[in-house]
Amino acid sequence: MQQNTPIDVKPINKDKIKMFLRVTLYLFVITVFEFAIAFTVPHEYKWLRIFIFVALTIVKAYYIMSEFMHLGHEKGSLKMSILFPLLFVAFLLFILLFQADAIYQAIY
Amino acid sequence: MSSTAIEIKEKKDLWGGGVSPMKVSYGKLMMWFFLLSDAFTFSALLITYGLIRFSHPSFEGPIDDFVFSQEYWPIPEVVFEAVPFLHGVHLPLIFVGFMTFVLILSSVTMVLAVEAGERMDRKGVEKWMLWTLLGGIAFLSCQAWEWSHFITGTDTGSKLLDGSIFYGANLTMNEYGPQNFAALFFFITGFHGFHVFSGVMLNFMVFFQAVTGKLERTGHYEMIEKVGLYWHFVDLVWVFVFTFFYLV
Repeated sequence: MQQNTPIDVKPINKDKIKMFLRVTLYLFVITVFEFAIAFTVPHEYKWLRIFIFVALTIVKAYYIMSEFMHLGHEKGSLKMSILFPLLFVAFLLFILLFQADAIYQAIY
Repeated sequence: MSSTAIEIKEKKDLWGGGVSPMKVSYGKLMMWFFLLSDAFTFSALLITYGLIRFSHPSFEGPIDDFVFSQEYWPIPEVVFEAVPFLHGVHLPLIFVGFMTFVLILSSVTMVLAVEAGERMDRKGVEKWMLWTLLGGIAFLSCQAWEWSHFITGTDTGSKLLDGSIFYGANLTMNEYGPQNFAALFFFITGFHGFHVFSGVMLNFMVFFQAVTGKLERTGHYEMIEKVGLYWHFVDLVWVFVFTFFYLV
């Protein structure tokens, strides 16, 4: 019977589990910190708030992509072929935020 | 016996021609490229949110004086302040924060399922995939509540520019702010929610394959890894949606 063939189950990789739990803790702490910023830094400091939020989001994205999605441990060429095209996103963000300001100036 | 098994496994990892570019299997690499294209779609949506948001005036003044008006863009923490069973209590962003943790935790259980799969631990894969499925379904349920609350609106409603009182939101009108605010809410969280829904379907598919022993007979659990990549991506997108829609 095929079912009777013993499957070789390897022991749990403790270091890996520890690393996952550490990343979980980071994500948790960063999100709690974002909440703290949202309720302590007043809305008058709009650009400071936005800067902190974007920076923390990029940190979270780094941990998710690098550890959970394993991209940090792939070959350099794979890393580059995923990360490099994302520069287009930065470009689109740049031109459309300028455009937004132009629309605002034209209307108000 | 064992040496033939290894040979078959290695053949599967290699692409035709005997090499696997970038040291990953064809399926995983294509999943990465699909996710890259999906990342562009979500970026376009979120950047459009930025474009429309900053072409409207912002609310000036202390947050306690904030009232809904079509004249300026709403402050998200005033819009999203409800929690189920706590009607009328002002709890800004608490529910969305809870949803964020649910999705992050289901991402963690997914990574544990992948780890169990690498060790050929069928029981572990089944257990962690079940938790991941539960997390995904919990998130979708939360979002369904969030949507229905957003559509139903507040008790008092608010005055539109033509002077009429409007409650809740649809694709053309909403009580919270400029018309596009609700449209963007529906489009962006809806598109993400549909990704979560597809992810739950895919998770169920690989869970089913693991339970029936199909993956074990294949000799590896790479399907879990590929679906896992998609699931982490859905979590990653939510991190950005959370920041740009709810915090900024």
